[in-house]
Amino acid sequence: MRKVSIVGIGHTVFGNLSEFDLVDVMGFASGNALDDAGIRDNRKIVEQVFVANMGGGILNHQTGIASSLVSRMDMEPAMAELIENGPASGASAVKMGYMAIASGLVDVVMVTGGELMRTVTGWEGTDFVASLLHSEAEYNYGLTLPAYGGMFTRMYMERYGLTERDLGLVAVKDHQNGEKNPFAHVRVPCTIDAIHDNENAHVINNYIAEPLRMYGMCPVSDGAASLILCANDSPKMKYFTKQKPILISGVGSATDTHCVHNRKDPLILDAVRLAAEKAYKMAELKPDDISFAELHDAFVILELAISEEVGFFERGKAGDAIRNGVTAINGAKPINTSGGLKSKGHPVGATGVSQVFELVKQLREQGEEGRQVKDPKHGMAVNFGGFGNNVVAIICSKGEV
Amino acid sequence: MAIDKMEQSLRPPELEMKPYPAKIITLANGEEMIVRQAKREEVGVILGTIQPLIGVQKDFYDIVAARMYAEVLGWYEYRVANEFVLIGSIDGEIAGIVTSRLVDGKEGVSLHTMTIKRGLRVGAQLFAAKMEHHIDILGNDEVHIVAESPIGFKRWMIEYALEDRSAQFPALRHELGGVPTFTLTRKLWENIRADKCTGTRPVPPVKLAKADKLKMPTEYPQIPGFKRG
Repeated sequence: MRKVSIVGIGHTVFGNLSEFDLVDVMGFASGNALDDAGIRDNRKIVEQVFVANMGGGILNHQTGIASSLVSRMDMEPAMAELIENGPASGASAVKMGYMAIASGLVDVVMVTGGELMRTVTGWEGTDFVASLLHSEAEYNYGLTLPAYGGMFTRMYMERYGLTERDLGLVAVKDHQNGEKNPFAHVRVPCTIDAIHDNENAHVINNYIAEPLRMYGMCPVSDGAASLILCANDSPKMKYFTKQKPILISGVGSATDTHCVHNRKDPLILDAVRLAAEKAYKMAELKPDDISFAELHDAFVILELAISEEVGFFERGKAGDAIRNGVTAINGAKPINTSGGLKSKGHPVGATGVSQVFELVKQLREQGEEGRQVKDPKHGMAVNFGGFGNNVVAIICSKGEV
Repeated sequence: MAIDKMEQSLRPPELEMKPYPAKIITLANGEEMIVRQAKREEVGVILGTIQPLIGVQKDFYDIVAARMYAEVLGWYEYRVANEFVLIGSIDGEIAGIVTSRLVDGKEGVSLHTMTIKRGLRVGAQLFAAKMEHHIDILGNDEVHIVAESPIGFKRWMIEYALEDRSAQFPALRHELGGVPTFTLTRKLWENIRADKCTGTRPVPPVKLAKADKLKMPTEYPQIPGFKRG
């Protein structure tokens, strides 16, 4: 297969962008990526556009989004398709972009993920995300993703002795990083005293889905992110001199049972492990080789569980890592250097693309002061669809072109 | 200052109201917000805090700021009956303001909640303090509430599960224009108080002294690049 690199990245701020329409927001990120790649004036060299979005039809009453974006960006006649894989739509679109180039079908691809979720109430947003659950066996019984997050957390705490304070430490670490990320939705630091230890903490950090509290959950966000991909062996690589290309060295994805109750052990995230194993194999890397990671912490427990499943820590030991600062920006294995979904936000269709954006930014060593990983070589992103039933892992590396 | 007869005839009759006891709340970022009742002589700094937000359309800051400006002025000039103003400040800098008033000893009318420092649920804490003042301290049985922004609707109507009294229109008309009226009852408040209302009393004198010197915000997240002239 051909080697594929990321040659341009773009991002909007995550937060409340409801004064814009969905394609506007995607267009802002796409324009930034074209500028970063240095090809705004030559954007017609992009042959294929993949757009990641989960809820445009439901939340924004908008379909045909990929073609709309191409037209808005004046990039016709590029081929364009929409990729929907729930909250993992973004990384799936990156994977499709990779496949389109690696297979030899095209040389240059733009991948843009975006979502506008704040046009509806929080309850409607939660209901929309819950539509990815099994309609008969889960959704109809009132299950939501936060409910699953709460139950998963309870089970993990009982089995491994994790405490609510440990969960708070994940939020503190994520917000420390997010505060420094200009694109993050919640750029406010939090302290463990205020959200856990203090006598006011039960109100400041109230339960949402016990034992998960407000600071254990990602915010509902609008936003978009975009990447430009090019084949390393393409003559079109001559256009991309503005930034150092970053290699997509590993891609893997896997599925698991739609219903969580059909799994032997709900705490075992098979799809995460299998996706990561495929990505490691393709990249010829091991977990220890990964310098930093962006892990899908829609609920803070997922950062811990995913970090174990991808092999960074033994099962049940991620709590030790957060307590000992291993996953902090200056730790041995920095996780969610962007602030993660917890602080940066989670516009579902954008998230996977945004995670890869962060890998590229770190590998270019363009992180803001205080949140740049020291001498990174390989970064891993894990984008978690459903409640772990469709997971995509991507590894990016500093590489020679 | 002597008040002439004409001025006296313009002022509304006032109920005697117990003062709101100051409290201190540790916000998520570790900063301490002191919530206390505004003093009449602080009207300048309060109006100066509100005024720049009158031009901010996003999230309905313009309508809330314009109305709150008038409410605070009305309170200062004795043109609104039984009104109170609570201030949340961090190191003396105003982080949020709430206005409200009593109809009589049993009923209250919530006017406005203005959050200046965002992302820390300052508005949620100040709204809870306002309800605490109405029901726990002033002894109201009900407080009527409307929302002028989606944020307000999510925070009060949905999160407090307020009683929808819209069907009682026009017998029950909130003063802010007859928009759908919701009500916090004493029973509802007693059920949710522990989850919504917090703060520690008494405030240490040193911290209270700092909060006594109110300052206008130096920056507004709602107004990028704001500089006070």
